[in-house]
Amino acid sequence: MPSRRVLLGGAAASVAAAVLPSPGARAQTQPRVVVIGGGFAGASCARALTRLDRDLAVTLIETETAYVACPFSNAVLAGLRGIEAQTFGYDGFDGIALIRKRAVAVDAERRRVRLDDGTDIDYARLVLAPGIELNFEALPGYDAAAAEIMPHAWKAGPQTLLLRDRLTAMPDGGTVVLSAPANPFRCPPGPYERASLIAHYLKRNKPRSKLIILDAKDAFSKQRLFEAAWQKLYPGLIEWVPLSAGGRVTEVDPATQTLATEFGSHKADVANVIPPQRAGAIAQVAGVADRTGWCPIDPVTFESRLQPGIHVVGDAAIGGAMPKSAFSANAQAKACAVAVAALLREREPAQPKLINTCYSLVAPGYGISIAGVYQPRDGLLAEVEGAGGVSPLDAPPEVRELEASYAEDWFRTITGEVFG
Amino acid sequence: MARALINVPKTARRGEIVEIRAMIAHPMETGYRMGTNGASIPRDIIRRFACGYDGEEVFSAELFPAMSANPFIAFTLVATASGAITFAWTDDAGETQTVSAEMAVS
Repeated sequence: MPSRRVLLGGAAASVAAAVLPSPGARAQTQPRVVVIGGGFAGASCARALTRLDRDLAVTLIETETAYVACPFSNAVLAGLRGIEAQTFGYDGFDGIALIRKRAVAVDAERRRVRLDDGTDIDYARLVLAPGIELNFEALPGYDAAAAEIMPHAWKAGPQTLLLRDRLTAMPDGGTVVLSAPANPFRCPPGPYERASLIAHYLKRNKPRSKLIILDAKDAFSKQRLFEAAWQKLYPGLIEWVPLSAGGRVTEVDPATQTLATEFGSHKADVANVIPPQRAGAIAQVAGVADRTGWCPIDPVTFESRLQPGIHVVGDAAIGGAMPKSAFSANAQAKACAVAVAALLREREPAQPKLINTCYSLVAPGYGISIAGVYQPRDGLLAEVEGAGGVSPLDAPPEVRELEASYAEDWFRTITGEVFG
Repeated sequence: MARALINVPKTARRGEIVEIRAMIAHPMETGYRMGTNGASIPRDIIRRFACGYDGEEVFSAELFPAMSANPFIAFTLVATASGAITFAWTDDAGETQTVSAEMAVS
């Protein structure tokens, strides 16, 4: 069967001109929606748009040929899973024009995206799903070069493997120091799941080692569940230093692998620096990010509050009460697609209701979760009272084991839906 | 009373401007909140912070209910002579917690 997928690569500016209609020609009957970013948010949105309205021309701009998923990547760096299990291609994206280029500029007034090869693409509506960018300016001493020595592993891929290899090479009795940023950041329970799985690895392979979490916060997601599990599974192995105990990292020195806090410094054998973050670069360039570095949006349509015609979904958006997670990104992307399709047909967009669930593995076969339901209220996405919750604190091991298998099922389901 | 953290450089040159940091773990309860039983939670805040250097008070601050829990105070001093830098936090009950650190000035 002939594929409707259009692949543009290489120096294909002329091909692009032939394939992408000039504004006006087909725009009346076939409005073009351009999606930038092929992660959970962008890929979900592009696919939802083609499913909702076959007459839409949907273009997805993504530089990478494969996507490495963050959920479960903590299991990779603890040696429990291969990176292949995290890697997804875009082969099933029939009906979507995939462009393997980097978007470098957005002209919101003329509704046009500029690519790194100089090509312009017109859009009726633009969806930005750039995810996060590490905010190196917010942490003195930390930059792309320092990340090769003190990995962040907060974008899955080579960084995940680098951190895994550092842990593998560390001698028994070493100190792992993990620094966690202040809110908001990608995957709120992530640093603590990571600490748990690193502790699991250390307990099994390097039992004389220690893990210190330097935290810029005094509280974190699923805290009581994590702390109870640490007490039970890894007594004495994990030390959590909250903000009020001087846990905020103010500077790092890759030459000595030292993390300085407001009141002291910690020398690490393996350092995992999770730095402050902000919306991905194209959001900053397009003028949809505010002074916080994140993108304010309308909670019904996900349209930017700063630039008309541009929608923002996923980690880059200010999701109100919604956490920055793959599940949230997927839910927001689908709601945004519904709104975009309605707006293009000049229909009133429906009020969305969104769900998020975040599973965390504390050890293999030991899962915990938090779930929430969200809807627009007072211009933000607000949590529906009493609709969500966290795993019970006193649950028996069978429940933890079930939750760990639900986590696997969830990952298979969502990656199947988004990339399958 | 509570755990206090300070950061004082161990050494400094004479005339150098050094940054001093101090934080105390304290709830800074405003007195305006109600507990789950409907009764108001009594006020409990740090009222005064003072820093002494070389036997003299060089920095002080009055604190009020609007200030956050675990108040963090940073300020600068001119290093003049070797000696103890002392920190004192006084709460509503009049109790004072003190900490000190030595700074060698050359």
